[in-house]
Order: sequence, then C-alpha cells, then structure tokens
Amino acid sequence: MTQVQSNSKASRQKDASIPTFPLKARISRWFGRNLIRIYAVFGFTYLFIPVAYTFAFSFNDSGKSNLVWKGFTLDNWKNPCGAPEVCAALGNSIKIGLLATTFSTILGTMIAFAIGRYAFKGRSSSNLLIFLPMATPEIVLGASLLSLFLVFHINPGFWPTVIAHVMFCISFVVVTVKARIASLDPRLEQAAMDLYANELETFKKVTLPLVAPGIAGAALLAFSLSFDDFIITNFNSGTLKTFPEFVYTSAARGIPAQANVIGSAMFFLALIIVIAGQFVGKKAKVAK
Amino acid sequence: MTLTKVKMPYLLLLPGFLFLFTFFILPIVNLAQTSTQTPIAGGDTGQYEQSLRFANYLNAFTENKEQFARSFIFALCATVLALAIAYPLAYAIAFKAGRLKNFLLVLVVAPFFVSFLLRTVAWKQILGEEGFVVPGLRTLGIISQSTTLTSTSFAVVMGMTYNFLPFMTLPLYASLERIDPRTMEASGDLYANGLTTFRKVTLPLSMPGVVAGTLLTFIPAAGDYVNAAILGSPNTKMIGNVIESRYFKIVDYPTAAALSFTLMAAILILVTLYIRKAGTEELV
Repeated sequence: MTQVQSNSKASRQKDASIPTFPLKARISRWFGRNLIRIYAVFGFTYLFIPVAYTFAFSFNDSGKSNLVWKGFTLDNWKNPCGAPEVCAALGNSIKIGLLATTFSTILGTMIAFAIGRYAFKGRSSSNLLIFLPMATPEIVLGASLLSLFLVFHINPGFWPTVIAHVMFCISFVVVTVKARIASLDPRLEQAAMDLYANELETFKKVTLPLVAPGIAGAALLAFSLSFDDFIITNFNSGTLKTFPEFVYTSAARGIPAQANVIGSAMFFLALIIVIAGQFVGKKAKVAK
Repeated sequence: MTLTKVKMPYLLLLPGFLFLFTFFILPIVNLAQTSTQTPIAGGDTGQYEQSLRFANYLNAFTENKEQFARSFIFALCATVLALAIAYPLAYAIAFKAGRLKNFLLVLVVAPFFVSFLLRTVAWKQILGEEGFVVPGLRTLGIISQSTTLTSTSFAVVMGMTYNFLPFMTLPLYASLERIDPRTMEASGDLYANGLTTFRKVTLPLSMPGVVAGTLLTFIPAAGDYVNAAILGSPNTKMIGNVIESRYFKIVDYPTAAALSFTLMAAILILVTLYIRKAGTEELV
C-alpha cells in the first residue's frame, strides 16, 4: 500500500510543476485519483471478507457444526481428515481434477494449434464450436450430458464426471493456449528454419518451449475449474461425492471446520504456485 | 509434404472435436428430443416416449414464468452491480497500481481458490442471525429487529455478484490495460476534464472488456441455482432450481429439458441483441 501512496505523491508533484492547469481542475483530478483507490480498497475488502471468514473459522473449536465461534484451536489443522467424508470427497475432487486436466489440456492444445497455426476450411465454425460450450449455462450442459448417459444406460459416477469436466474445460484450454500462440513472434520460427531445422525440430526446440507457459496456465485453469465445479458435477456424479458437493450437502447443518481447513490450505497452495510461477517467468525473462 | 500440410489441422482437431461432438453436441440434440416426450402409459416414473409434444414448452414456460422472470432480473442486477464494482477496481489496477499491478491482479483471482461453495456458505453465515452484520446493523438502527438478510432476494443477488466478480474484473482489466495512456493525456491536453476524458476516451476504448465481462457474468448467473439454494428461500427460486428439482426430485425429464432449452434460447436471443447493440464482434 505504501507503494501506491508514494506513487501518487510523485504524480502529484508532476502536476504541481505544470502551472497551466487551473486549480479547481487539479483538485478534482487529485480527488478523482484517490477516490478510485479508496473504492478499490472497498472492492478488495468485499472480495476477501468470506475468505477471511473461512480462514478464521478453520481455527474454531466447533465440534460438528461450525456456525458460532467457540474458541481457538489448532486441532482442525492437525487433523484435517477428522470429519467423516471430508478427505474422501477431497480425494475424489483431486483425482477427477487431475484426469480432467490431463485430457482437456492435451485435446485443447491440439485444437489451439490447429486454429492458431493453420488457415483451413471450417476454421470459423471451429471457433464457434469452441465458443458454444462457454456460452451455454452450466445447468444445460450438466442436464443434457446426464440425459445422454441415461439413454445409453451408463450410470452416473466417477468416469461420467471426468468426461463432463473434460468437456467444459477444453474450450478454456483452447482460448488460453490460442492467445499464447497468437502472441508468438513468427520470426523466431523462421530463424530456426533458416538455420536448417526441419519442421519437427523447429516445433520441438522453438515453438513448444515458447508456448509452454500458456499450456501450463491452461492446465492450472482447467484444474481449478474442475476442482471448483458443482453444477455439472452434481448432475453426473451419482452417489460419488466431490469436495464442492460435500460442502453443499452439509451446508444445511453447518459444515465441519475441516472443510474450512482444506479450503484455506488450497488458497495458500494456489497463491504460492501463482507467485512462484510469476517469479520463474520473470527470471526466465531476465535470463534472455 | 503438401498433402500432410493440408491434413495437419484436421488431424489436430479430430480427437478434440470427436470428444466435443459426442459429449456436447450429441447431448444437446438428445435433450431436444427429450423435451417433446410424454410419459409412457402405464410405465414407471422416469419412463418416457417420443410423441413430439411441443406443448411441453408452453406448459413448462407458463408454469414457471415467475422463476424465469426472476432469473433474468437477478442476473441483470448482479451483472450491473458487478460492473459497478469491477470497473473501478480494474481501472485502479490498470492505471494506478504502479509496480503492485501483478500482485493486485493475483489478489483479484485469489478468492477463486477457496471453493466457491465454501465462500457462499461463509456469506450465509456472515449475513445470518449468528453473524456480525445483522446484530450490528440492528444496534445501529439501520434495519429493524425483525429484518433478516439471508433468505432474501438481496442475499441471492449479492452472492451472485460476489461469485462472478472475477469474470467481470479480468476482461475489463485486459481491455483497460491495452489503452495507451497517452490517449488520455491527449484528451487532458485538449482541456477535457477527468469526467469528459473518461466518457469520451476511456470508456469507449474499454467497451470490448465491458461486453465480454457482462456476458461472462450474465450467462452463468442466469442459469445459476447454487446462490439461490444457499442464500435464498423458496420465494427466491430461480429457473436453475426448478430444472434441478424437476430432474432429481420429480424425475420429470421432458419438462426439465424444455426448461433448459427455453433458458438457452432466451439467453442466446438476449446475448445476440446485446452484441448487436454494443457493436463488438471480436469476442472469441
């Protein structure tokens, strides 16, 4: 926050050195600048209130229903699997998430290369097919897939859920990887070709390493979408319970504090991954 | 060589499109078939046969007019609120954050990492009788002793606004960040005040972000039923809740399918009109 303040001071001094601006405009501009900062602080507070609440109540000595604050304890963090079903549900979510991420990243990346790299007949309808699942409400995706499974007498469960997750993750992978491909400098590949690399070598040594951060980002996005999905999962999982489903069904009688522990732990884990990713990205840029 | 070059994109597309065809297109077609079925005479619950009964649509719609209207009104409110909150936020990150830019951007996405159901349940408890908001507002005399915040339309709209806020903020940020700050300086040099610069320069240039963000918020919000189920009451049911209960509790697949299609059609029509009006084509 000090960074923001010192920054504004610098720009204020800059303003003061321009005497042609009328005083009134300067005051209103100063006010406008700071108003938006105050507003942003409120926005971030709104975003983080439930996160802080979830984190705080992970330390609640609550017993079964975590509704009222009863005292501080570390027991929930020491024994996150203490509440029945929590860890089984978490395990299901992680397994489904990893499988869905793997398949959707492979299929999506291939599509992204086709659309991003080649001019071919049917390219714009391909784009439409990628856009449609994102523009369809989740409840329609979930309900329609379940009716298909029912027609073929496939019972909802683990694999139908994986299939459902791959289906809605593909589009997001394509969009993410495509954006990365579009930002590549074509001269890098031309240079490789000029140095007598054939198409395969160019792809392996130049294109793929350059697109890799985009693929990694897409995989991360796919995992978080899959891990957090409730609506489509609820339609296709049958008796299997994922972590969001566990939270939903236990919400009525109050969720156990162990769920808060897992939510908070996921939050810090993801934050570390993102910050580490940015750090590595910066280092790679410096190395270049 | 040239032949493989021609074939290459299709080979790359094949596995993914086969998958999407089987598990996205086919289900939608199947859902369309289900929507005109009727119960088999003398059959068990959940057994239906095709009889091309398009009146299913009319019945489904007239029975659930109220929930349809509520879905679109709630989604609209949540979208407008999210825009009002996210625009200044994205603006502040794009132009006022200096070196903190990347860090603040991570902070916008960070709440995403706590399961959205946990966060929605957290809101329920924060706004509930045992939370700190309601007693506080009561002592301050802002709300009466009998007023509650949960199980109200307010809570549902607030929950949706909250849950879809990152979908609004990120595209807005992306389009604001692309604006050359010199265009804004130029406007100032031409004696436009802050408000005029915003209205005539910044806002028009950020329109692609506004369109993308409002769509990414409105579409999932209109089909949502989780916020209404956790934060609402039977009086705040949305069309998603109806579809869900038709499927699982009443096993009335044709009505659920007809409702799903009506929802999809309504969203598609609204979105097309909106994109025409907003005049942006570069969405994907």
